[in-house]
Amino acid sequence: MSHIRTVATPSVNPPKGGVACGECQTSCQSACKTSCTVANQKCENPHR
Amino acid sequence: MLHLYELHGDRLAFDSESGALHLLDHVSWDVLSACAASGGPRPDPVRMAALERKFGSEAAACLDEANRLVADGSLFRPAEQVDLSHLYPEDPPVKAMCLHVSHDCNLRCAYCFAGTGDFGTGRRLHMTSETGRMAVDFLIRASGRRVNLDLDFFGGEPLLNWPLVEELTRYCQVRGTESGKRIRLTLTTNATLLDERKMAFLDEHMDNVVLSLDGRPEIHDRMRPRAGGQPSCHDVTERILAFLQRRGSRQSYVRGTFTRMNPDFDRDVLHLASLGITAISMEPVVLPDGHPLALGQDDLPAVEAAYDRLALAMDRMRQEGRGFRFFHFDIDLEDGPCALKRLKGCGAGCEYVAVTPDGDIYPCHQFVGETPFRLGTLRDAMASDNPRSTLDPSLRRRFADLLPASRPECLSCFARRFCSGGCAANSYHASGDIRGLYPLGCALQKKRLECALWLKAREGCHKEESA
Repeated sequence: MSHIRTVATPSVNPPKGGVACGECQTSCQSACKTSCTVANQKCENPHR
Repeated sequence: MLHLYELHGDRLAFDSESGALHLLDHVSWDVLSACAASGGPRPDPVRMAALERKFGSEAAACLDEANRLVADGSLFRPAEQVDLSHLYPEDPPVKAMCLHVSHDCNLRCAYCFAGTGDFGTGRRLHMTSETGRMAVDFLIRASGRRVNLDLDFFGGEPLLNWPLVEELTRYCQVRGTESGKRIRLTLTTNATLLDERKMAFLDEHMDNVVLSLDGRPEIHDRMRPRAGGQPSCHDVTERILAFLQRRGSRQSYVRGTFTRMNPDFDRDVLHLASLGITAISMEPVVLPDGHPLALGQDDLPAVEAAYDRLALAMDRMRQEGRGFRFFHFDIDLEDGPCALKRLKGCGAGCEYVAVTPDGDIYPCHQFVGETPFRLGTLRDAMASDNPRSTLDPSLRRRFADLLPASRPECLSCFARRFCSGGCAANSYHASGDIRGLYPLGCALQKKRLECALWLKAREGCHKEESA
C-alpha cells in the first residue's frame, strides 16, 4: 500500500539556458505593497 | 529541505527545493521524520529499527517508496547553487516603477506608512505632466531588452491627480508601441473618488486595479477615516462593488490592512467575501515598535490562528461553490516562477523603483522620504545617454546583492523560495539594515505558506474524490 500521496510534483526548475529572462512581474506590482510574495507570479518566458 | 507539518488533521511534507508536496499517513510521517532528523533520505539505523518494530514490514516498504521519490527529485532535492550572474548576466534593467502621481491623500489612515500622503515631508504635492512623462521615458530607456514593464499609479491617493493618470495612461500606450514595450498598468486607490467615468477608464486601460478596504465596517472606519474625521466605509464599499460589477473576472484585488486591533482579521476577509468580492488581500501592518497599532511577537499566536481559521473556511467555501482568492494563499505549484526568479522577489532598488512627484528615484515606495536611499533623480537620469548609470551604483549593488543566500536564517528556511528573503524595507525598518531580518514577517510568511500548501492538498483530494 502507498504511504505517500504526491499532491504536487516538482515544479521549481532553473530556466532554459540557465539564465533568468526577467520578463516576469515584480511582486510589489500586485496586491501586497508591504510584503514580498513571489510564488504567485506567473512565469512569462514563452521558451521555458 | 523537507518541511513536515500538520494542519487541520492532515500531515504534509513539502520539499522546498523542488516544490513537490506530499500528503502522509502515520507510517510515512514517522519514517520521513526520522529521515529529516538525520538530515537526508537515510534515517538513523537505530531509529529505523524502532520504526520496524512499530510498523513491521510497512516501515521498510515506506522507506522504499520515499527513496523512489528521492530518485525522481521530489523529496530531499539538494539546494541548487545559483550565482548572481545567472540572475543578472548584465547590469540589471529597471522594469517596474511605482509612480507617485500624488503625495496627498483625502483619508487619514491610522497606520499609513506614507505619513498620510506626504511621506513625512510636510509638502502635499501632485506630480506634473512633465515629470510624469519623464518617468515613463526613463522606465523605457532604463529597461534595456526587457519587453514586459510594469507601472503602478500610486500615492498618496492617485485619483487626486486624475488628469495625469489619464494623460500618462495614453502616453504609456503610445510610447510602449513606439519602443516595442508592453507596459502593464496598475492603479492602487482608496476608491473614495471613483465615479462612473473613472471606473470606465480604469476598467478599459488598467491591467490590475487594487482597491483598499479593511473589512468589517467598524474596523475600516476606525482605521481609515476621511481627512475631516468622517467615516468612509459605506461610501467606499458601494463604489468598490460598483467597479467590481463592471470589472467582472478581469484582474483586480480588494486589499486591506490588519493591525494589532484586529488580529482576528479572518473575520474581515470573510466579511469582504460575503460582499461577493472574489480576490482579496489582507496585509499585516508594518509599523515601528511601540506604535499602538504595530503587530508584535505577542500577537503572533492570534494572527497564526486567524490564518488557520481562514484556510479552513476557504476550503469549506470552495466546496460549497463560494470560493474566493486570498493573495497570500494564492500559490502556483504548477506554472510558477523559475528557480532564479525565486531568488529575487520584488527586485527593489535594481529592477523596481519608485518615483516621487519631485522626480526623485527611490528603491521602492516604502523607502520614499528616506534620503540615504535616494538613488538619483529623473532629471539627471534623462540627461544621460545611459539613464541607469546615473543611479547610485553602490546603493543599487547593495540591493542587487540581496539574496536569500546572503542570510544564514534563510538557508535553513523552507519558505525561502516563496518570499525570496522577504521585503528589504521591512528588514531595514525592523533591524536598521536591508540585509537584516524582520522576524515577525518571517513567522507570518511561514504560516501563510503552510496554509496555502494545505489548501492545495485539500484541492487535490477534493478533485480525486469527485472524479
